Amino acid sequence: MSDATLSQATAVNEPSAGLTTADGKPLKQALLRAQSHARRRAFLLVAPLLAFILLTFVMPIGQMLHRSVHNEGFTWHEDVTTGHRTPIMTNLSQWFDDNPLGTEPDEAAFAALAADLVVLREVKAAGQAGTRINYERSGSRSMFTKAARRANKLEAPYKEALLELDEDWVDPSLWRVMRDASSSYTANFYLAALDRTKDADGKVTQVNENRQVYVKLFKRTLFLSIIITLLTLILAYPIAHLLATLPLGKSNLLMILVLLPFWTSLLVRTTSWMVLLQSQGVVNDALVGMGLLGDENRLEMMYNQMGTLIAMTHILLPFMVLPLYSVMRPINPSYVRAARSLGATSWTAFRRIYFPQTVPGIGAGALLVFILAVGYYITPALVGGADGQLISNLIAFHMQKSLNWSLAAALAALLLGGILILYWLYDRLVGIDNLKLG
Amino acid sequence: MKIKTALLASALTTAAAVAQAQEVTVMSWGGAYTKSQVEAYHKPFTAETGIKIVSVDADNPATPIKAQVEAGNVTIDVADVEFSDAVRLCDEGLLEEIDVSILPAAPDGTPAEDDFIEGALQDCAVANIVWSTVFAYNTENVSSAPASIADFFDTTKIPGKRGLRKSAKATLEMALMADGVPAAEVYDILDTEEGVDRAFAVLDKIKDDIVWWEAGAQPPQLLADGEVVMSTAYNGRIFNAAVAESQPLEVVWDGQILDFDLFVVPKGAPNKEAALDFIAYSTDTQRLADQASWISYGPARKSSGSLVGLFSDGKTEMAPHMPTAEANLGNALVNNFEFWVDKDTELNERFNAWLAN
Repeated sequence: MSDATLSQATAVNEPSAGLTTADGKPLKQALLRAQSHARRRAFLLVAPLLAFILLTFVMPIGQMLHRSVHNEGFTWHEDVTTGHRTPIMTNLSQWFDDNPLGTEPDEAAFAALAADLVVLREVKAAGQAGTRINYERSGSRSMFTKAARRANKLEAPYKEALLELDEDWVDPSLWRVMRDASSSYTANFYLAALDRTKDADGKVTQVNENRQVYVKLFKRTLFLSIIITLLTLILAYPIAHLLATLPLGKSNLLMILVLLPFWTSLLVRTTSWMVLLQSQGVVNDALVGMGLLGDENRLEMMYNQMGTLIAMTHILLPFMVLPLYSVMRPINPSYVRAARSLGATSWTAFRRIYFPQTVPGIGAGALLVFILAVGYYITPALVGGADGQLISNLIAFHMQKSLNWSLAAALAALLLGGILILYWLYDRLVGIDNLKLG
Repeated sequence: MKIKTALLASALTTAAAVAQAQEVTVMSWGGAYTKSQVEAYHKPFTAETGIKIVSVDADNPATPIKAQVEAGNVTIDVADVEFSDAVRLCDEGLLEEIDVSILPAAPDGTPAEDDFIEGALQDCAVANIVWSTVFAYNTENVSSAPASIADFFDTTKIPGKRGLRKSAKATLEMALMADGVPAAEVYDILDTEEGVDRAFAVLDKIKDDIVWWEAGAQPPQLLADGEVVMSTAYNGRIFNAAVAESQPLEVVWDGQILDFDLFVVPKGAPNKEAALDFIAYSTDTQRLADQASWISYGPARKSSGSLVGLFSDGKTEMAPHMPTAEANLGNALVNNFEFWVDKDTELNERFNAWLAN
């Protein structure tokens, strides 16, 4: 009974007092209380999952997104052992606030810089500050460490004193980078992730051609992922159809063959491909042994895009087979038989009757394989060589080797954004309700 | 009941033993190199002090340090890192400072400061070995034996695949030396835009024939499998594959690049005291000399030199296989750590872009 009918009933029966429960409380309140109780219980039941997702999914991703626009390398120093935070570069940051972009750094600016260098020396943050500047202007790091080491001996006029240490201290691009870095929040890492930078006047420009790499790799990742998705679809469709039409006993046996590699460690599968594909490997040896190939013309199937394609297609194949199988199994074979008996050719019956019923499985499988392929990392790293690398390999490079986590975060955020856009497109074109994952 | 009590008692004593027994986690480069450290440092250290050593391997032990320190979850007590990484991590405040006074003097009384080779002692790091990046070849697969670094980059003279470490460091220097740049001028030239272009131009010529490696154990494997005919490698790995495993590998010393490996302690290491004890113990004169009998890396102390003798097989003289042997220094380059601390980001970005194109 809805609230409206309730109040109507009240109005008819007893105009002055509302309906009451057995113990005399108003029925409406009692109902509300019971409902909120049920809601609370339902919430408590899902609370562990919610907490888990917040803690392990939403928070890390939020942190990553934050890191991509936030870097304190040039603003705060934190002592790792005590956790004590000291603001750094405060004088210089003040000078930047007082003077707009494009102001020639004057003696006051250099004095501020010198005062900040003394602080850097005291809290041992010269390397950290220099590293932050070095992200955007190579060669700056040692300028900071060198100058901080001699900070106590610097005397007015500071401009001359600093120039004596390194003549690059007047470089306008250095001052532009320092100005940007003196605020903790910056979009510069996104610029870098798109092969762009700012020049001395703060205008956005493309980086030198021989440094452009990220846009190219984004494109390559997208391209290879689409190819891999198509390959898995072509390979998986007949397998899934066979599995779905065979009697259960036989299809279960075949299903184990599909799942067996799925249960094997990713590394084992990738290294097995290395044994098979390398130029002195099993496949080449067999071809040479059969006389199909000369010993000098061994095929190059690894350490290039080909290696990435072959190994990733194999590794991702089960993710396509399983959703396809799950939509094909319940398709009633009598539909196709009916179409045939009404005169359709086998191709027409497949195209008009069978195929449309498998579309939800194709959508699910393609989405799964594509999203997994876009973020793949270990396989291309091992078999990809130079031109089989994907964007995730560069993210790993900045996470582990160059330690530029802000740039890694910006690249990862762009990748995430790209996938969300594709997901949205999929929803618009195919409809996400049409997805059947198993 | 009795059994239960006995079980409980033994469980309690085990717990007590675990609480008492100290551990030091040492991260190194794996393979023959880690083995040499286990034999020369870890085993005698545990025998003497009772402190257990947990040995962990990485392609480059410098890489996990920043992540661990910043996350406040440090599991490594000692890491074995390259020179430029030691300086860089120290600058960023990610390493504990190491007081030189904890290091023992040489047997003749020379204090540690004077006994270590110049540059081997840094604010946060103590060197244990001098190693080098060299190139090596499989004698059974080359058409003629390469003699100089120029031959490595010349696929018309000696056809076949080349193995190179997937990193700008050492690769660019070797390319320049192959192009005829004398070792003394390499870093001056590499400091200019034209110099970098020149190095990449040399690499361009063999780009399609390069197989890139990342872990130090890969090059001997690639060479032995015939996957490449020549490869750059850490010299000790080739020595061990050739001498201990009798692989037909030969080192070419021309154009070798010398570097230190140093012990560092990450900030907030769980067993800092024991870690420092371990470093002091393993870098004493005898231990460094012992290590050189397991792999052909030179000890970082001058006083260890005269104690280096035979390889652990008991017949191979180590001296001629050391990167620092007089005969091997003909055309050798000493890694300029300051250059790489500064230029690492820029050159590796360029290197990555070059790889992807």
